Amino acid sequence: MSVNKKLLSGNEAIALGAYHAGIKIAAAYPGTPSTEILENLSQFKDIYAEWSTNEKVAMEVGVGASYAGARTLVAMKHVGLNVAADPFMAVAITGVNAGLVVVTADDPGALSSQNEQDNRHFAKLAKIPMLEPSDSQEAYEMMITAFDISEQFDTPVLFRTTTRVSHSKAVVELGDKKETPGVKGVFKHNFQKYIMLPANARFRRPLVEERVKNLASYSETSSFNRIFKGDDKLGIISSGMAYQYAREVFPGASFLKLGFTYPMPENLIRKFALKVKKLVVIEELDPFIEEYVRSLCIEVTGKEFISIIGELTQDIIKKGSYSIGILAENEVKKTEYTAPKLPGRLPLLCPGCPHTGTFYTLSNLGQRSVLPGEKPREPKLIITGDIGCYTLGALPPLSAIDTCGCMGASIGNAIGMQKAGVDEKLIAVIGDSTFLHSGITGLIDAVYNKAKITLIILDNKTTAMTGHQEHPGTGKTAQGEETVAVSLESIVRAIGVKNIQLVSAWDIKALKNSVKTSIDSGELSVIIVSGACAVDLRRGVDPGIIDVNKCTACGLCLALGCPAIQKDGDMIIIDGSLCVGDNCRLCRQICPNKAISPDGARQSERISEEL
Amino acid sequence: MKNCNLIIAGVGGQGVILAGNVIGEAAMSSGYDIKKTDTIGMAQRGGNVISHLRIAQKIYSPIIVEGEADIVMSFEKMEAARCSNFLKSDGIVILNNRAIPPLSVSRGVEHYPTDEEIISILKQKADKIYFVEGTKKAEELGNARTLNIFMLGCLSCFLDIEDSVWRECIIKSLPSRIVGVNIAAFEQGIEAIKI
Repeated sequence: MSVNKKLLSGNEAIALGAYHAGIKIAAAYPGTPSTEILENLSQFKDIYAEWSTNEKVAMEVGVGASYAGARTLVAMKHVGLNVAADPFMAVAITGVNAGLVVVTADDPGALSSQNEQDNRHFAKLAKIPMLEPSDSQEAYEMMITAFDISEQFDTPVLFRTTTRVSHSKAVVELGDKKETPGVKGVFKHNFQKYIMLPANARFRRPLVEERVKNLASYSETSSFNRIFKGDDKLGIISSGMAYQYAREVFPGASFLKLGFTYPMPENLIRKFALKVKKLVVIEELDPFIEEYVRSLCIEVTGKEFISIIGELTQDIIKKGSYSIGILAENEVKKTEYTAPKLPGRLPLLCPGCPHTGTFYTLSNLGQRSVLPGEKPREPKLIITGDIGCYTLGALPPLSAIDTCGCMGASIGNAIGMQKAGVDEKLIAVIGDSTFLHSGITGLIDAVYNKAKITLIILDNKTTAMTGHQEHPGTGKTAQGEETVAVSLESIVRAIGVKNIQLVSAWDIKALKNSVKTSIDSGELSVIIVSGACAVDLRRGVDPGIIDVNKCTACGLCLALGCPAIQKDGDMIIIDGSLCVGDNCRLCRQICPNKAISPDGARQSERISEEL
Repeated sequence: MKNCNLIIAGVGGQGVILAGNVIGEAAMSSGYDIKKTDTIGMAQRGGNVISHLRIAQKIYSPIIVEGEADIVMSFEKMEAARCSNFLKSDGIVILNNRAIPPLSVSRGVEHYPTDEEIISILKQKADKIYFVEGTKKAEELGNARTLNIFMLGCLSCFLDIEDSVWRECIIKSLPSRIVGVNIAAFEQGIEAIKI
């Protein structure tokens, strides 16, 4: 047996499929659950892979590369496609030169996103073909086909995956890499195709409709749309991960599995519907397939028994199926067992996180933190937040963020509130990567329109929440090359902000002073707080130790929300294995009794005992 | 057992994901179909991690349905109890004797269950509970991070995968400088179940 088998996640399979399809260019902005696609592609040194400043730029880079004859992959999470929608809709009209595949990694259940949205609608909106894998093997095979479809029909292809497909591992049988000559990019000038002046856009409009018709007939014969014959009493149309669940719940039923889900294969669906007595659609999120089937005047049910909200599970399918009588009662597990109620593990800022000091400061000035035994106070300040690890600053005990919507929104939100005339001082908080992604235009608006807000840029020198990707401010490219580190301070100055302060993330006094002077200045002000992300720091080296003779257990240090500071009965202790020691020192600064110190001698003693 | 639905539970940073990947490689090398999925959430920031692994001749869904897990292997005590809903009525629990209290406990807001409470929760479902001293043994070996490979040693006693395949996959998955201590941890894991 010389079959080349590998255990790959959906994202790894997508990356390898694209590589084997002969891509030359890949562009993306990190976002769960899509991040690993470009991370994997950046390992291949014979292609070009970049972390783009944001998804819109990634899409534009991809479009340019495709126009110039390079097969290109662009990847993003579902909300990234909202950011990239403008160039995405434009390339849907111009079409491509070399294959262009756009991956949208959707997040049913909003496991790590601000919302839940079904991006299959984008294929219909843009009138372009869509592929939907249901496991890693399909992700690999479909990616290779996607590039052929893109070139054959002169169209970008939307490749829609979900968290469960992207992040599950499965066995993949691999083929060989398509040998593509290392041709130089060539752009063939074509006035009518590439310049969407209104007249040209109108010229191409009917071509788009023609393309949808041709794609619809292709969809009829695509090997990704397949009937699996079973009992004709029940026919199930399904796609993506929902198909895998449905196969297990209904091992005997007939299935029409759709993998090429836009445009849908009308005749195949009609044929399947005629063969089965009852037809149902089992799909995750919106009734995308169901509504199409119903538009063919075929009797069908779906969202009547499968929730439109959240990630699907087999239990949800079973319970729903029982409710409409397509599953026997004995197939549905009686929940005689109720899971025990146990303390939860809320996500937290890490021990040694450079954001902790800022949020502790905001929490105090904004009257958010509540000491044990004290009553909550009326909150002061309005703190608009953004997307990143620091969104966790919204959770207790810090509770120092009041809004969070989408990338870059903190600044515009603060401007809007100030212009609406609120009495409270306004502070916008944004991370370095997010500021570069889409905060800059907000800040320009603030300068131009004389907004009196304070912007705090939390500069931890990485894209932390998605797992430490490089960005324009880090000085390194996705493929590890040294490059110019774009300076946040220079950008802020160049935009025209006069009141700028640079503060260390580890200096509580300086943080407090800078925030106070900024909000009291009555003008637009920016504070750049610098401190490297703590995720990779070594822990347990000379951690802080609490002197029991000095500690009065006042609980002030617990207000930091540091996971290393814990309550043990009536005492407060520092978990030495979590503390980052001298890299942080925040708790030592706020202890009113000076009870916290690094105790090198005792610590070395403990380590030598362990060894 | 030949076919196995396995849940691995723990807290971010304990090596749950790597352990699952090694099991996946070992199962694939032994000719099984395998699917694996993790519910991580924001685990790197102190959350809990649950890995679902399914090993059989043909697998569709990577997710294990409640009440369908043959084995729950937990790197942290309370997390085992949290996953009890996944267990089959004759299921097996392999449990590392280590508590990592969440912040709500360390701030005195919630109560961390006692060993008796955890065992009584698990006993409602589990047939056998193996309480192992993984963290202690790993620390004795001089590298607390070998806990996950120690746990693999425990698990290997229940799966129909050759010992040599396990070792091969462990070696392949780790940097060479820490292979020795991890193989030692693997062997101690086997011992912990066999005695």
